[in-house]
Amino acid sequence: MTMAFDFGLGLLVLVVAGWTIAAQKAFAAVVGFVAYGILLALVWVRLSAVDVAMTEAAIGTGVTGVLLLRAAMRTPTPQVVEQSSQTVRAVAAVLCLLVTAALATVVLYATDPAPSLAPPVAQALPATGLGNPVTAVLMAFRAVDTFLEKVVLLLALIGVWSLSPDRAWGGAPTLWEPGPRDEVLVFLARVLPPVGILVGLYIFWTGADHPGGAFQGGAILAAMWMLTMMAGLADEPLAGRALLRAALIAGPTTFLTVGLAGFVTAGAFLAYPEAYSKVLIIAIEAAMIVTIALTLTLLVAGPPDRGELR
Amino acid sequence: MNSATLLGLCAAALVGLGLFGLLIHSEPIRKILAFNILGGGVFIFFGVVARRGAAAGFDGDPVPQALVITGIVVAFAATALALALVLRLSQMSGKPISGTPASPERREGAGERC
Repeated sequence: MTMAFDFGLGLLVLVVAGWTIAAQKAFAAVVGFVAYGILLALVWVRLSAVDVAMTEAAIGTGVTGVLLLRAAMRTPTPQVVEQSSQTVRAVAAVLCLLVTAALATVVLYATDPAPSLAPPVAQALPATGLGNPVTAVLMAFRAVDTFLEKVVLLLALIGVWSLSPDRAWGGAPTLWEPGPRDEVLVFLARVLPPVGILVGLYIFWTGADHPGGAFQGGAILAAMWMLTMMAGLADEPLAGRALLRAALIAGPTTFLTVGLAGFVTAGAFLAYPEAYSKVLIIAIEAAMIVTIALTLTLLVAGPPDRGELR
Repeated sequence: MNSATLLGLCAAALVGLGLFGLLIHSEPIRKILAFNILGGGVFIFFGVVARRGAAAGFDGDPVPQALVITGIVVAFAATALALALVLRLSQMSGKPISGTPASPERREGAGERC
């Protein structure tokens, strides 16, 4: 029964992905991609990776979806789309089939028993004070990855901001062009954020012991902020504001401070003294969720394009 | 064959599909979409490896799962930067840009886009 479900799900993912590639219009392709992402989140649930399913649904599909829709609406549709020739298509198809065949071989003839780091994680988990092994890997065992990823998010934002025209430097981005007031959207933007903020914070808090965490929670907070901006209830922030910039670096700075303190308190970079590890991890995550929510929103909003607020 | 193997084959096909889209499309935004489909396949591949490594009471190896979470966020950052570059490029090449869907007169000049 579950095999039949997985077969159907896998087939559906492939059909939607194929449709996204084949769609005529970029806008239709983006809609296909969002459907693909949601199905992918289901695949993650089937692979018993609920933390990843939440990240895929929230960031890989939700926030990326808004980003893509906004870009698809802003780029003019080319009247004549350059089509690759039949020969190019055929050669590309053969090469891609080869890649797929190679990967399929790896899947079918994978080593048995499969290599796994689960036993060492299970062994070291009590030392972190956390109950969720994925959060423990992210925040303790491979904390340097997570720290560098925060830096990558900031670098991407610096890259996006650097594309703003000179006259709008330090100004505000336009997440969504203000249109005629949409009463339904305004209503939702008033009713949903209190619930959404609570859910976002809960997902962050529960991430220590259950599926969830700062990324997933941060994405929900970002979605609430975007909703109020889209409804015209809040203005986009000025990129040059000192407070905003301080909040943007709060996550990486806290992470780095605790990491460097690790030399003194625990003998290594990003090592936590065992008695305080959970408190320190939660403190880093609390600073991170602010940075994540802000960075995700500002990455979607794009480069500042006006000098002043509305 | 078990579920993990089945979904692993699905991942292999997704990588091929995404790569195909990346090669044949000329519109930048379509290339970015295809790249993300390819990425989704690679991430599922990690998920299959994690599922196969289920041990010590966990349903999956948490290390590849955590790597994928990092990967999804980095892929998002890369997509955001790529789209910002594409939008700026179409702006610089003289095309009107607005938050509304491209209107007919806007579409006319679009052929010259580089």
